[in-house]
Amino acid sequence: MRILSIALNTFRENLREKLLYNLLFFALLMIGSSILLSRITLGDYHRLILDLGLASINLFGVLIAIFVGIGLVSKEVDRKTIYTIVSKPIPRYEFLLGKYCGLVITLLANTVVMVAGLLIVLQVMDVPITSLVFKSLALILLELMVITAVAVLFSTFTSATLSAIFTLAVYVIGHLSGDLKEFARKLDDVSQMAVNAIYYTLPNLERFNLKGHVIHHLDFGMADMALTLAYGLTYAAFLLLLASVIFQRRDFQ
Amino acid sequence: MSMIVNSILKTEGLSKTFKVGFWGRSVTAVHGLDLDVHKGEVFGFLGPNGAGKTTTIKMLMGLIYPTSGQAWLFGRPIGDQESKARLGFLPESPYFYDYLTGLEFLQFYGHLFGLRGVALGKRIDELLELVGMSHARHLQLRKFSKGMLQRVGIAQALINDPELVVLDEPMSGLDPVGRKEIRDLILRLKESGKTIFFSSHILHDAEVLCDRVAIILKGRQVACGRVSELIDEGATHSVEVVVEGLGPEGLARLRQLADRVIVQGTQVLAVLPSSQHVGPVLEIIRGARATLVSLTPQKGSLEDLFIREVKNKQPELREAV
Ligand SMILES: Nc1ncnc2c1ncn2[C@@H]1O[C@H](COP(=O)(O)OP(=O)(O)OP(=O)(O)O)[C@@H](O)[C@H]1O
Ligand SMILES: [Mg+2]
Repeated sequence: MRILSIALNTFRENLREKLLYNLLFFALLMIGSSILLSRITLGDYHRLILDLGLASINLFGVLIAIFVGIGLVSKEVDRKTIYTIVSKPIPRYEFLLGKYCGLVITLLANTVVMVAGLLIVLQVMDVPITSLVFKSLALILLELMVITAVAVLFSTFTSATLSAIFTLAVYVIGHLSGDLKEFARKLDDVSQMAVNAIYYTLPNLERFNLKGHVIHHLDFGMADMALTLAYGLTYAAFLLLLASVIFQRRDFQ
Repeated sequence: MSMIVNSILKTEGLSKTFKVGFWGRSVTAVHGLDLDVHKGEVFGFLGPNGAGKTTTIKMLMGLIYPTSGQAWLFGRPIGDQESKARLGFLPESPYFYDYLTGLEFLQFYGHLFGLRGVALGKRIDELLELVGMSHARHLQLRKFSKGMLQRVGIAQALINDPELVVLDEPMSGLDPVGRKEIRDLILRLKESGKTIFFSSHILHDAEVLCDRVAIILKGRQVACGRVSELIDEGATHSVEVVVEGLGPEGLARLRQLADRVIVQGTQVLAVLPSSQHVGPVLEIIRGARATLVSLTPQKGSLEDLFIREVKNKQPELREAV
């Protein structure tokens, strides 16, 4: 349960991060602002509230995952706090997993707060809360787990700033990867191969996006849910495995 | 056979080369180091700044990987988890999670060793007492002074009741009282049967504490052995003479014989390289009709040895010491 000790310590450390509260504040502000917007919008305000709410939770979750996540490992190395941990009988991958779990706990706590905000808005505005909303939220959390794994992977071998840029890039491209495939078709063979390579290595984050389903009341069955869950977890596990391999070989200077 | 069993820490040809700068220029920080630390001894790892002490310790602790050579702790290759369980480590100028209190800090490290509950609580009380930090159990580490950090750092290194304690510059940043306390603590650990390996460039500490020392310079070992033997081996046995009323002529002749001459008013202090020079100096004093105030043979010290080694092996380092 050394992983748990490290995770809880990481969670505690994250709670001291002022950025976290600022982001949380803005997320709640955006979720709340949908009440105002819906008053000045004509037509289907249910749609607007759900769209804005889910998008806010997703966006701010990702921002927290990136900006808290990138410092996760590199800060420990820079501040040399890792010296007394690696010299204890803890395999390096356990340390890495502990840090990862700590951030996931942080994200879970934040998401709970944001979801509470959203549910209050939905209640106040008489928007029906369907099971699809919860499925959508679960997949947002899953996406955050993948993004966190990406951030951890980068932070095992680059600086905090570069990790932030790379992770943000993965997030953006990951959401465009459907378009990427379309785009590849119009290119010559070599470029097509390169773009396809990106398409197949980067996560397809649109799979975790159920906003369309929620708004248009499209069904997303349990089988689809299980498949997406398996995809996300496998992807995150693979990233963490890669991060562990890199981390294991590193010199802490 | 017994030698193998007794060997707690051993290195063979341990080397580390860093690549620095844009062009990847090679800097060899540790060069073919052979160490053998025996059970129950206090071993001093000495050398000037930049000698490679921290680099060596980081390799032993599994923080960086050797470029070549091998090392063993408790007869197992470094990095082995089982030997890490029997190890305590205090890094150089330690950095810790500064938002934790003294108590939470030690709890965290205790948990890493699977210690919990009452047993852990008791161990923490003992350790805080041992390092004289009981008053700081509810104070955040960010509010600790350097000396206080060093102390909880040592407590952290002892949480698992380790058989081998590795300390990187345990006395740095401490006032004389604090230094003495750490010295006493090390001796107490030795009494309870632990092996202690520590690096330092404060030679006095090493001289009173260590059973054996190794001296490294620019990553190479230049001396290793019992402190008393090392001091005797090449000791200068210099002699200090103080003379009153020596004229300019006598002074000039004295300067030719002495290593060092200091003139203070009418008195002259001269350090002679060996007792063989005493006779000729007495001749000079007699010739100048001056008075001999005192004649003191100087006992060799680790510091003499250290400075001599530095001068002999690395002339360009002379200024650094
Ligand atoms: N990560 C690194 N990259 C490049 N060079 C390094 C690195 N770490 C140490 N060195 C070099 O290796 C040499 C030995 O450094 P080290 O820190 O081991 O010395 P030290 O004996 O501990 O000195 P001090 O008494 O000042 O602590 C120095 O010349 C240093 O510049
Ligand atoms: Mg050092």
